[in-house]
Parts: sequence; structure tokens; C-alpha cells
Amino acid sequence: MSRVPGPFRSQLRAELTVVLRNGEQLLLTLIIPVLLLVFFSTVDVLPTGDVREPIDFLTPGVLALAVMSSAMVSLGIATGFERGYKVLKRLGATPLGRPRWLAAKITTVIVVQMIQLVVLVPVALVLGWDAGSARWLLAVGAVITGTIAFGGVGLFIAGRLRAEINLAAQNGLYLVLLLLGGMVIPFDELPEPLAAVAKCLPSGALADVLRDALVGGADRPGTSWIVLAAWAVVAPALTALTFRWE
Amino acid sequence: MTSDASAGFSRIDRTERTLEVENLSVRYGEVLAVDTVSFTARPGEVTAVLGPNGAGKTSTIEVCEGLRRRSSGHVRVLGLDPHRDRRSLANRMGIMLQEGGVYPSARPIDVVRQYCGLYSSGSGKAANPDELIELVGLSERRRTAWRRLSGGEKQRLSLALALAARPAIVFLDEPTSGVDVNGRTMIRSVIRNLADEGCTVILATHELDEAEKVCDRVVIFDKGKVLVNGTLDDVRKARQAVRLRTAKPLDLDAMPENLVGWLVEEAPGNYTIEDAPQGLIGALAVWLSERGIDVIELRAGMSSLEDVFKDLTGGRS
Repeated sequence: MSRVPGPFRSQLRAELTVVLRNGEQLLLTLIIPVLLLVFFSTVDVLPTGDVREPIDFLTPGVLALAVMSSAMVSLGIATGFERGYKVLKRLGATPLGRPRWLAAKITTVIVVQMIQLVVLVPVALVLGWDAGSARWLLAVGAVITGTIAFGGVGLFIAGRLRAEINLAAQNGLYLVLLLLGGMVIPFDELPEPLAAVAKCLPSGALADVLRDALVGGADRPGTSWIVLAAWAVVAPALTALTFRWE
Repeated sequence: MTSDASAGFSRIDRTERTLEVENLSVRYGEVLAVDTVSFTARPGEVTAVLGPNGAGKTSTIEVCEGLRRRSSGHVRVLGLDPHRDRRSLANRMGIMLQEGGVYPSARPIDVVRQYCGLYSSGSGKAANPDELIELVGLSERRRTAWRRLSGGEKQRLSLALALAARPAIVFLDEPTSGVDVNGRTMIRSVIRNLADEGCTVILATHELDEAEKVCDRVVIFDKGKVLVNGTLDDVRKARQAVRLRTAKPLDLDAMPENLVGWLVEEAPGNYTIEDAPQGLIGALAVWLSERGIDVIELRAGMSSLEDVFKDLTGGRS
């Protein structure tokens, strides 16, 4: 006989099953960040400046990338397909309700991020990252704000585009933000107009505030906090206004 | 019921009107998809909602399910407003979408378990997942990803999800579409048993023969309006006719005085006779025999649902 949990736990289990059974999502949220961290910290090809160890520059950037992959791309792609396959429409006729649905989505992202941290932080420490000066509470605040901002962006795209186009858009945006976002390439290595744009993106802002919290020496943490907070307000608000359930 | 899984579905007073639709209209911009339709459904009965594509039946059902807003009119499901009281109603209502509704990588047992869990905090008790899977004949395929199921198996899974709440009312949209003969028999049996247990079943379908085998009431839609609404027998009796099919077309102008004007040619070789007076059929048989015209079919009595539907909608499906 099957034991049946309540609505929230049932939905959470379904969400986690979809994410953890999906090999592409595992590649995006875990394997790519680990590979980037290992490769660029051991092969000296990145222009991280003379005063920085590559791993000290990379660790906050890759953690920001991990947040972006779980909160924006993974969440956005899954939600887009749920719209396309009428899963959301079907759930709309159950007692689940939107608050519990959203809570299950958020909890799933948090669980994935905890797995990401459990894997990425030890890898970074093994590769030589000195976590002695890290301000962890500030870092957690940055991850939460970044998760809200990226979650808003991911759901905004998922709530407007067809599932297949949403898939391409989320992956394309991931690549653009990875290259422009100050995650693995410093802002000052980008052409000036591009750097100005990059500093206004949530990826650049999250990488900058995480760098400030975890290793110090960020470019402009105050401004980055304002940029990140603005994305965390505007993106979810836009999503709430424009999201189409089917 | 064929299984313990269905035991315990809510029992309802069969005189109650569990679905009331009164002057309902649904408008999409300039298009009036549903135009002041009215009908009711009762517990213990299967009500078939029939109509050609674009007739307005899905819009009507989605309003009843609380998935779509009405433009005007009055709808009550189990005495509740499906939009305003959506959460309360959701605990007692099952729905089956025409297609989809399940994530492709999900396994039947996981989805059924999920849906039983979604209903587990309601006023009633949700169905048991294992028993539901058995009820719809998916025990062997319980761990197969949804994307690998056949069309019929997907429909049966969707039916199981509609029953997870042990509902007092279910809305089934094309439940036998793409289902093989054995699957159809099984789905019909589940539907009939649901109604026998006191559940109100609303069945939207294109498959008239399936509807005729299982329904008690019929609501026929066309162009956003309800054309016919009544019990299956009443609807069929109202269109009582004699149907004649001959091996070769008849020359209606050459008929004797007592027969002329009674036969209506639907197609060459296909004729109907409405309200035939006594002796007419005998005279017709003699006349055909004298001319050596072979009769392929001569059928009197109630019309089939398909005949009624074709008459009303001009044969569009």
C-alpha cells in the first residue's frame, strides 16, 4: 500500500523527481559549474589580474553561475514544459493552489542549490580557495536575492514563450550571461560599453556581491547590491503581471 | 464498482441537480463561443455533451471546472460557484483533460500518488494510488515513463487522476479518444460504475456510439447553442423514423399515389420516412418487391444518437 503525503509534500516530491531524473538539468546545474571551476582554476587562461589567485576570483563567480542555472534556467525550462504539456492547467483544477505550487517550486530550487553548495564549496577548497575571510551571512543574503531575481527572470520567460522557444531562450540567455556577467571573465576585460551593460545585469551584480562577501576586493559592491535588489523586485513583479498559465 | 478503489465515492441524493448551467455565455473578443446555454445534470447519471468541433462544449465545460471565466450567466457545480469557490469545489471534483496534463518523464504510479496527495487534505479521503492504478489497468505499466505509454494508456492514466479525489462530479473530455477496444470497454465500465455509485459524470465526446452505450442524458451543442437537452431515450424517440437503404436508387416520381411524398432522399439509395401512417411500410415493401429492388436495410423505431446528431448538425463532426 502506498502512503500518501499532503498536497505540499506531494507536489514537492513531484517537482524534485522531475529535476533529479532529468540528466540535462544535472549537467546544467552541477556538472558545468564544477568543470568551469576545475578547468579555469588549473589552466591559467583567464585574465584574472596579477593580484588575484584564479580560484579566489572563480569561486564566487561559479557560485553565482550555479544560482543562475538552478533559479533561472532549470526552473524556467521545467515550468515552460509544464505549461506546454498542460500540467499547470491540470493542477489548476486541484486543491493545490498557486501559493503551494510556488512554495514547492521555491523549495525545489533551494534543495538543488544546497546540493550545488555541498559539491562546489569543497571542490573550491580542494583547489586552493581560502575561505577564511568569507562573510557567510552576507553570501547567503546574496544567494537569496539572486535566486529571487533569477527566478523572476526564468518564470517571466517561461510564462510567455512556447515550451521549445523557452528552452532555447533560457539556454541562450545562460550562455550570454555566463560570458558577460563577470562570473568567469572580469568586467574590466570587457570593452567599455559592454562592461557598462554587464554591470546592470543580475549575473554581474550577483557575482560582484558574492565576490565581496566571499573573498573581498569586489568592483563596486554597493551598486551591485542595488542592481541585484532592483532585479529581485522588478522581475517577479513583471512575471506576476504577465504569466500565462496555459 | 469493479474494484475496491472506487468504493467510498460520495453518495448523493439522485433528485439533486449537481450541475446547473443557466443562460451561460462565453465570449473571446468578438467571438461568442457559447451563447446563453442552459442545461442540468444529476447525480447517478452520465450526461453526454456532444457537438461538432468549435460548438462551444469545451468552453462550457471549462467554465464548469473553474478553469475559464464566464462572460455572463449562472453556473453552479455541487451548489458552488466554480470560479469563486474553486478551492472548495476542487476537493470534490475530478477532471480529465482532452490531452496532456502529465510531465513526459513522470511514471504513472508517481503521478497518481502525487494527485492522491493533492486531495488528501480535503473534506473527503483521497483514493488509494495502488488501487487506482489497478482500476484503470495500468499495474503492469506503473513504472513506465508517460512518454512511452500508448495513447490509450495515457487516457487511462488521465482517468485515474480524475478519480483521485473520490469525486462527487467528474468532467471527462474525450476519454476514449485513441483507446483500443478493450480499453474502451474498461473505461465505459469505470464510467458506468462511477455513475451507479452516485457520482455525476459529464462526458464530452465526439464518439457518438461510445456516448450512446454509456450515457443517460444528452446535451447536443452547435454553434455555441444547445440544440437538444434531455434523456437519451427522449432524444431518440423525438426523432423516431423509418430508415430505408436500397441496392439501387429509387425513382421517387414513379411511386404510386399512396407512397409519394413520404420518402425523403438523404442520398441516392438512402431514405427516411417520418411519422409513417399504418400500412405505409407494407405498401412500400410490396412496391419494392414488385420492381425487384433489393432492400439492404429497413429499420423502424428510435433513431440512433448518430442519426439525431446528423439531423441536428447537418452531419458536421
